[in-house]
Amino acid sequence: MLTQIEGSRAIAETVALCRPEVVCAYPISPQTHIIEAVGVMVKEGRLAPCEFINVESEFAAMSVAIGASAAGARAYTATASQGLLYMMEAVYNAAGLGLPIVMTLANRAIGAPINIWNDHSDAMAVRDSGWIQLFAETNQEAADLHVQAFRLAEELSVPVMVCMDGFILTHAVEGVDLLDQSMVDAYLPPYEPRQILDPDNPVSIGAMVGPEAFQEVRYLAHLRQLDALHRIPVIAEEFFAATGRHSGGLVHSYRTEDADTIVVAMGSVLGTIKDAVDIRRDSGERIGVVGITSFRPFPSLQVREALRHAPQVVVLEKAFSIGHGGVLATDISMALQGTGCVVREVVAGLGGRPITRLSLEKLFYKAARGELGELLFLDLDVEVVDRELARMKAGRRSGPSAENVLRDLGTTRVEGQGR
Amino acid sequence: MFQVRIHGRGGQGVVTAAEILSVAAFDEGRQAQAFPSFGSERTGAPVVSYCRIDDREIRTREPVMAPDAVIVQDVTLINQVDLFSGLSPVGFVLINTSRTFAELGLAELYDRFPRPHLVTCPATEIALEHVGRPLPNAALLGAFASLTQQITLEAVQKAIRDHFAGAVGERNAAAAAAAFDAVVTLEEEFARADTD
Repeated sequence: MLTQIEGSRAIAETVALCRPEVVCAYPISPQTHIIEAVGVMVKEGRLAPCEFINVESEFAAMSVAIGASAAGARAYTATASQGLLYMMEAVYNAAGLGLPIVMTLANRAIGAPINIWNDHSDAMAVRDSGWIQLFAETNQEAADLHVQAFRLAEELSVPVMVCMDGFILTHAVEGVDLLDQSMVDAYLPPYEPRQILDPDNPVSIGAMVGPEAFQEVRYLAHLRQLDALHRIPVIAEEFFAATGRHSGGLVHSYRTEDADTIVVAMGSVLGTIKDAVDIRRDSGERIGVVGITSFRPFPSLQVREALRHAPQVVVLEKAFSIGHGGVLATDISMALQGTGCVVREVVAGLGGRPITRLSLEKLFYKAARGELGELLFLDLDVEVVDRELARMKAGRRSGPSAENVLRDLGTTRVEGQGR
Repeated sequence: MFQVRIHGRGGQGVVTAAEILSVAAFDEGRQAQAFPSFGSERTGAPVVSYCRIDDREIRTREPVMAPDAVIVQDVTLINQVDLFSGLSPVGFVLINTSRTFAELGLAELYDRFPRPHLVTCPATEIALEHVGRPLPNAALLGAFASLTQQITLEAVQKAIRDHFAGAVGERNAAAAAAAFDAVVTLEEEFARADTD
């Protein structure tokens, strides 16, 4: 039923329809509303026999999810940012053990400096963990992806992370068509574990694997992810057949047919980008957009197919590898090897910096004229940076940069050194 | 697209106001998007929320920087926040106050925006009378409906009742109705000043 609802609430309602059996999570902004809502539903008995387990940390949350999943339960959790880092070891274990846990990642920056706002640094930090990572453009897609995620995870015995932009999506109230229980039940069969801790048929899960077999086990995990590249489109098509909605899949193209420039991005910024692209199209520029839904596994072939006819590709991403450049851009460049496409990297929206349509229009205007460099930081305040560089040059004890920059901007009254 | 920016302080229901407004628009068959300015909100700190209303899919995720209407829940923000930044030249201003624009030192708005688009409403007093608590957000949405005619009072009242269960919902809906009738335009303010 189409409902005007907060994104977090839509996720909670959809997770509930997936009949989770164990939910364990530790609250952290901007994930909190999701977990609060699921917790209330469990307490009210709506999800019986689901158990909500209070834990003392994110590390415990993922560890409980691992135990629950190994015992054959459909397990769900959610986190963000520092919480994800705190559970990092268990995140790798969940994937290494091949346990089909579904986790919502309410994307948020990672400190220091401490920052609770949105970017994709947290998702990028676990890029290589072995989890499937799907990025939602809207709250509708975020909700729909959770149903697909359980299906995908359990078919392949791989954990799936649904990435949705913290605050921008989680705290936005907009129309979401919530699914029916009957639809979800028909689409998502009961969990049939590939491996299970069963007293009647004892096995051990989590063997120590030495050099004689570690590489093979890892390669098998890679094969499962490659398998996901085939399953994700099928699962999305079946979802479309059941709902009429194009949620999920690997990549999505928008107005790219004749494009000289294609912008690539992930998550909710795609909406603002599409608005800006429409405006540049009205000005006669041939520009389009490709949204990456499946970041891991990375759909290199589909990306190449979607982009290869464009002379220029602009990758706009909310994270970067410090000392190198774009993370998504690196993958895109690899996928485009030999095509002659020029790839431009744009880092934007770090730590919640709004990505405005006007900034995007200016960016696309420059792109159309071939004026973009290899790596650009959108809306970077160069003067603030230069003043801090000057302070650092002026004396050895220039003090902490974060505090200096805040003081420079007049947003803090902290007194101390470095003035 | 019609874009609204709501200014207030933590605890005044600024975020709830945007959400209720979006639900009211949704109930009238329109597309709507409401979201808060994301920060570490605490009681008393300046808070901003946004609402977009359109007849087409709303794709943008940027903050509302060029609003068609600004709602000010707390007049003490006037000297603290750039309340009217980016407001459309034909935009609407709704301020929660029992004072006049002139008394607030905002007479200059008279030159910047259409006179009938500038209104005050004693929403806190109305809320105290009807709800018993100084929470002006529901009342202001009634005033907003009267001022902009983007939504009906009935839709606002239904959304309020959906959000606040039972008697609290009824009282807030009554506050919205009272505020709907209590908006004072700057034009009226001037007319009253002339007759004084």
